[in-house]
Amino acid sequence: MKPVTGAKQIEREPVAFDVHRIRQDFPILHQQAYGHPLVYLDNAATSQKPRAVIDAIVGYYANDNANVHRGVHLLSQRATDQYEAARGKVRAFLNAAQTEEIVFVRGTTEAINLVASSYAGPRLGQGDEILITGMEHHSNIVPWQMVCERTGAKLRVVPITDDGELHMEELERLIGPRTRLVSIVHVSNALGTINPVAEVVRMAHDLGIPVLLDGAQAVPHVPVDVQALDCDFYAFSSHKIYGPTGFGVLYGKADLLDAMPPYQGGGDMIRAVTFEKTTYNELPYKFEAGTPNIAAAIGLGAALDYVEGIGLDVIERHERGLLAEATAAVRDVPGVRLIGTAAEKAGVLSFVVEGVHPHDVGTVLDRQGIAVRAGHHCAQPVMQRFGVPATTRASFAVYNTSEEVETLAKGIRKVLEVLG
Amino acid sequence: MFDLDDLYQETILDHNRHPRNFGKLEGCDFSAEGRNPLCGDQLVIYVKVEDDVVEDIRFEGSGCAISKASASLMTESLKGKTRDEVADVFQRFRNLVMGVDVDTPSEELGKLVAFHGLSEFPVRVKCATLAWHTLQAALQNESEPVTTE
Repeated sequence: MKPVTGAKQIEREPVAFDVHRIRQDFPILHQQAYGHPLVYLDNAATSQKPRAVIDAIVGYYANDNANVHRGVHLLSQRATDQYEAARGKVRAFLNAAQTEEIVFVRGTTEAINLVASSYAGPRLGQGDEILITGMEHHSNIVPWQMVCERTGAKLRVVPITDDGELHMEELERLIGPRTRLVSIVHVSNALGTINPVAEVVRMAHDLGIPVLLDGAQAVPHVPVDVQALDCDFYAFSSHKIYGPTGFGVLYGKADLLDAMPPYQGGGDMIRAVTFEKTTYNELPYKFEAGTPNIAAAIGLGAALDYVEGIGLDVIERHERGLLAEATAAVRDVPGVRLIGTAAEKAGVLSFVVEGVHPHDVGTVLDRQGIAVRAGHHCAQPVMQRFGVPATTRASFAVYNTSEEVETLAKGIRKVLEVLG
Repeated sequence: MFDLDDLYQETILDHNRHPRNFGKLEGCDFSAEGRNPLCGDQLVIYVKVEDDVVEDIRFEGSGCAISKASASLMTESLKGKTRDEVADVFQRFRNLVMGVDVDTPSEELGKLVAFHGLSEFPVRVKCATLAWHTLQAALQNESEPVTTE
């Protein structure tokens, strides 16, 4: 995919990227773990939060807390303004055409469940197909299995290559007249692969098939423009892009969202309720039943401001550098095998150490202050594909440094010393 | 503070590299499966019991050093024990890895005391106890796979 640069980034004054200055923005990073400086490399699980995000959440509760879209009073107006301002920031961040296309949800998982339930559910019948890939997170597998079970549709899976890339010829073969939706991950959480999603969207649209992109691991690392991609749905989570947990976004093209029935019923999603009939609210509120996580929306808004203040192009360049350094350093350690060696990767280094279980790797690294993920990364089919029960995964963010990469490489050598 | 050498004692490393009583036990009386899906640890315990005494016990599977060594040392230490004695050793082992009554390490644990450092690594306790809970299920003839997660 061609990186798309937003207008904001062009206007920004060019300043030299200084990772040590960035680190000052993240209070949590300045602590020791077992007597070592904390090296946080579990960013694909969740990122740390800058002071600006923490302050925005505290500020909201300290000064403006009230329910949204209801009150006639001052606080409610302020809460509503900030909540809706966050939606506007998300729209600009994704370059969506309209603010109505931004639905606030609990996270990527709920966004995908919403589409499975409200878009796919009513359209699927016996013999219809949903197409996903072999590198999906469980959250982009299980909702489709559930809707397939309900409707008699079939789940088809595009295989991946030994390098962890999408098998494009197989995709072309599998996408067909019975395909009703293609749902694929933009950046793989277990492998780091950046998929050629613009090409996938083109192929699907040639056959009139809509596409959902799971962007949970993409938005923190690569610029995303939903209009340029022309995807029909795009889902991401706040907490992986320096915002609070339990919050996320579903982008959907307005005409598709409009035609979909509500996902959940309740307050805020209605226009008028009688016991005989209820009429639903307009977009996006039709999909936002109940009092939302207002503070999280405001926190996400602050996180996106923070990211745009640095520039995703700058972040992407920094993280690419770290990944290249880490790949070189870790590959040189005897007995280490990288899992996921795609040509286009973002911020994830998954590996196994011969003869050492990833959980033992994780424990040895932890005692040296290095936080990584050890396990199947909620992507068990990926583990099965590569014939490993689990991997150790180091994943990078804007605040990670070359020194931390060196500490990781030293840490892995220590693993071999202790357990090899 | 405990360091890594307290966890990865030589005995544990040895049993991880060269697990004892590894492989299927033909003609066993009881067997059960243990699985910790989050870790990917998976093992099967096979037991042969005669006159209430563990005649033979073997295991197979894959997992981290702690779970493998625990299963291996368990099979070594329980051969020839009665069911009651097995339950007693399990209780002592559980106390050891959870850090309960650590001041009175018991003779009965033998080589299993290698796990004394584990109480400082609470997230790994489930790895060490998987084989034991699986054995318990086998002896109680339970068919559902066991998990300690």
